[in-house]
Amino acid sequence: MKIGVVTFPGTLDDRDAQRAVRLAGATPVPLWHADTNLHEVDAVVLPGGFSYGDYLRCGAIAAQAPVMQTIIEKANQGLPVLGICNGFQVLVESHLLPGGLIRNENQHFICRDQILEVENNTTAWTNQFKLGEHITIPLKNGEGGYIADAETLKRLEGENLITFRYVDVNPNGSMNNIAGLRNAKGNVVGLMPHPEHAVEAGFGPDMPEAMRSGVDGLKFFTSVIHSLVNA
Amino acid sequence: MPKIIVEVMPKADLLDPQGKAVANSLNRTGHSEITAVRIGKRIELHYDNTPTEQQLEEAKQIAANFLSNGVIEDVVAVSVEA
Amino acid sequence: MLNKKTATNVDTTKEAKNTPEKHQPWKELGLKLEEYDEIKSILGRRPTSAELAMYSVMWSEHCSYKSSKIYLRQFGEKVTPEMTKNLMVGMGENAGVVDIGEGWAVTFKVESHNHPSYIEPFQGAATGVGGIVRDILTMGARPIAVMDQLRFGAPENPDTRRVVDGVVAGISFYGNCLGLPNIGGETVFDKVYQGNPLVNALSVGALRHEDLKLAKASNPGDLVILFGARTGADGIGGVSVLASETFDADGPSRRPAVQVGDPFAEKVLIECCLELYKAQVVAGIQDLGGAGLSCATSELASNGNAGMRVQLQDVLLRDDSLTPEEILMSESQERMMAIVPKKDKDAFVAIVEKWEVEYSILGEVIKEPRLYINWGTEEIVNVPPRTVAHDGPVYERPVAEPKWIKALNKDTTKNLAKSESPEELATQLMQIITSPNQASKNFITDQYDHYVGGNTALAMPDDAGMIRVDETSSLGIAIATDANGRYGQLDPYAGAQLALAEAYRNVATSGAVPAAVTNCLNFGSPENPEVMWQFKQATAGLADACLELGIPVTGGNVSFYNQTGDVAIHPTPVVGVLGVIDDVARRIPCGWQDAGHNIYLLGTTEEELDGSVWSEVIHDHLGGIPPKVKLQEEKKLAEALNAASLQGLLASAHDLSEGGLAQALVESVSRFQVGARIFIDELVETNKISKTAALFSETQARVLVSVGREDDVKFIGLCEQRGIPVTRIGVTDTEPTLEIQHIASWPIADLKSASEATLPELFA
Repeated sequence: MKIGVVTFPGTLDDRDAQRAVRLAGATPVPLWHADTNLHEVDAVVLPGGFSYGDYLRCGAIAAQAPVMQTIIEKANQGLPVLGICNGFQVLVESHLLPGGLIRNENQHFICRDQILEVENNTTAWTNQFKLGEHITIPLKNGEGGYIADAETLKRLEGENLITFRYVDVNPNGSMNNIAGLRNAKGNVVGLMPHPEHAVEAGFGPDMPEAMRSGVDGLKFFTSVIHSLVNA
Repeated sequence: MPKIIVEVMPKADLLDPQGKAVANSLNRTGHSEITAVRIGKRIELHYDNTPTEQQLEEAKQIAANFLSNGVIEDVVAVSVEA
Repeated sequence: MLNKKTATNVDTTKEAKNTPEKHQPWKELGLKLEEYDEIKSILGRRPTSAELAMYSVMWSEHCSYKSSKIYLRQFGEKVTPEMTKNLMVGMGENAGVVDIGEGWAVTFKVESHNHPSYIEPFQGAATGVGGIVRDILTMGARPIAVMDQLRFGAPENPDTRRVVDGVVAGISFYGNCLGLPNIGGETVFDKVYQGNPLVNALSVGALRHEDLKLAKASNPGDLVILFGARTGADGIGGVSVLASETFDADGPSRRPAVQVGDPFAEKVLIECCLELYKAQVVAGIQDLGGAGLSCATSELASNGNAGMRVQLQDVLLRDDSLTPEEILMSESQERMMAIVPKKDKDAFVAIVEKWEVEYSILGEVIKEPRLYINWGTEEIVNVPPRTVAHDGPVYERPVAEPKWIKALNKDTTKNLAKSESPEELATQLMQIITSPNQASKNFITDQYDHYVGGNTALAMPDDAGMIRVDETSSLGIAIATDANGRYGQLDPYAGAQLALAEAYRNVATSGAVPAAVTNCLNFGSPENPEVMWQFKQATAGLADACLELGIPVTGGNVSFYNQTGDVAIHPTPVVGVLGVIDDVARRIPCGWQDAGHNIYLLGTTEEELDGSVWSEVIHDHLGGIPPKVKLQEEKKLAEALNAASLQGLLASAHDLSEGGLAQALVESVSRFQVGARIFIDELVETNKISKTAALFSETQARVLVSVGREDDVKFIGLCEQRGIPVTRIGVTDTEPTLEIQHIASWPIADLKSASEATLPELFA
């Protein structure tokens, strides 16, 4: 099983995402922004960071990158794609997911251990979660406020496209507490929090059982492996 | 240098956290007559020669498709500055 | 792309020979007459204006360490062979390099960016981070973490908010965008920093032994390549203006004195450099920071005992109106200079082009130890590079013990009111833990990414930051930095030692073994003999203490002229200690994790309240003598903590420092919200101290630990063997409260929310 991890100039969490793929039991394949070839990967992760310096708008320049043209085409054909933080912003700028992400309501970058509720466990990236499960995933962003017009929000709610919602604290002023979305097919998922930072005990978020022991993020990657094996 | 100026603003009905923060600060410092602030972008496209009508049209396309995100922003003006 | 060079009428070496009497603005450039004469005698003629620019900036205090050099030498002299056996690169390079085993090495350093951060806090702090990270990168290492040491003015002063907002946002913006976890630091408020905040930034990097790079150009024929961002009018004269003296109004200060940082460009530069290193196409490398090209060319050549021929018109510019002098002095960020063998040129170019990094070949290395710089066909620089980079002036400036210090030392806390009433002590505890210096720093640290990289084992609020060096190994490093300017003001010799002792203790409580020291010495004007005395005392104190603890100084930075008018800041020697841990899974947090554990206070508590937080917050007092330095006890304590950690006996460990036991207790319950019942009566009795001292004394060599009951006997035995006093002062509890018997009891949620409210109330 090969899972591609895209590196744009300014991508930061590509090495973390590669490690997460490895810990989940698949082979990470680095993909370069200027390359249109996806090297026959079975799924793609768009990791976090500040692609192209977040200049113009977060994710906007990355959405124009050669590699994204192939990813958009393949995603529309069903290739599983996970966008994390800046990757979520790229998905939104690529119109693979609706809406937009703006500066956090309080104007500050925020880094915290965030509790999320799993609102949908039918996607390629969430099928190993229980519906309604609360998971702890690190969140770190400056522009994570999710917004969409009233009609889009209604559709997201009505068609059950909201995949994760913030619990207890809405850290960035997102509408309807939206932390992550899926597309209608469920092969494309984007979220602001960082599952790749909760995959290895000792380096994850603090949990009630033990410090830095949180590995809830690993299930994103085992989910996609499961869905590919059973495809 | 001849330029085309593109002006982009956050959509009027959306929250502009930056503008809100500046407005609050202005109100705190005694400028209560300012009722709101919105912050947008001015983007300059530079040319060697005065842009043609066709180049202006192209710039409008670029402004709509790349320089702004229609979900959250509006292009409010695209104009030539000689 | 070629530049459209507009500068003409340049001052050439030929012109310099022909017009020996031409007036030159040496004074405005910060040189003394003797220094200007010295330059003339080195060159046998007057310098060209380009040479004058180079010498003036390289001989500034900031670049030449001319006032501090004679004192810094002792860091290299007061050592034993045992101390330096793991040092791969010592002082004098961009950063020291320490062998940590398994073929890994780490390099770390702190640097100041104080003056620029007062003028333009956001960019000043941002470029401070950028500069120190490039220093680490230059050694051949992948930067793996950053920390910052901040000192601001009084919280209630309106200007403090401007500086805090800008500095924190600048660090957050630049550091987060680079993808480097921020794993700790310090934030202190004191009115002495009002007009002169301190912004120190630390970076640490990891490398395989064989990847070590040095900043030298030694092989004739190798190419001199400048790559990264283009050169613009950033911070021209910044080094001289901002770090030492002031230009007059019609000097070069018409150009911006601040630099603007582009973290995206730096992130790309980091990845690009690491790929260049991996491809082994770089023979030497130097970053461009203070003094820009002047520094990079002269240092590379001087370090390599060689020379260089450079065509300055080949520098890619952002602004074509720059003069040759300005190009040489520009401090535009995110630039590097590589020395590349000709045979590797194509491979070099392929990699920089892949990363879309611009480059230009400026010239080549020559055997003759001479630096020639041309502007087109005109020669504008012809100097021995050593005289620019290394053989600058050295001063032994006058020193004088401050006249006020005896009176200050006599004004002790002895006569300050000490309450024994439970109500008053409880009130004082709350006052202290909610004071800006002691309150939770979450408001600031939550703005920094501490996850990126996936190797962070400990970060704030734990005592030290800890990072696994690579995911293929469990080997890790811990870093803590400390400095207490109040102690420094009372006694700079002890103050520097206390900074070292605390950082050392913090590293030890994390489970790591202290291994190396870096420093950033922030002082007032060296031209003031009293300040120079403080500096002399502090450096002697630090060097003596390092020798006693057996850990070497690997590098450092000096920042002078931190003063407003004639009033200097408190001596603030920031000391960073790096520790090594063979398995990061062993790391120890600062807070209690489980109920039912015994809580022990290690060490002896004395009636030491001079210079303390208690004296500051409760009595607005600074006087007396700081707590006794106890290096032998610190050493024993560190050994005991390491032994206990190796046997897995410690559930938590937290050092006692500012705010004493009370502060440590509140932090320990807050970390994981595990409560405790504490009894201090025995402590008061056996140590013969007041209750105020039991709670707030800042006696050194003390650590608070929690130990599971099953490990009690082993742990106590281990301490007793080493002669470390152990006092059981309580037990962790399932109740979410902190109860100090016969004083008060607080719900943890109340302590936590009170402590976390202070900074947002001031700065949110």
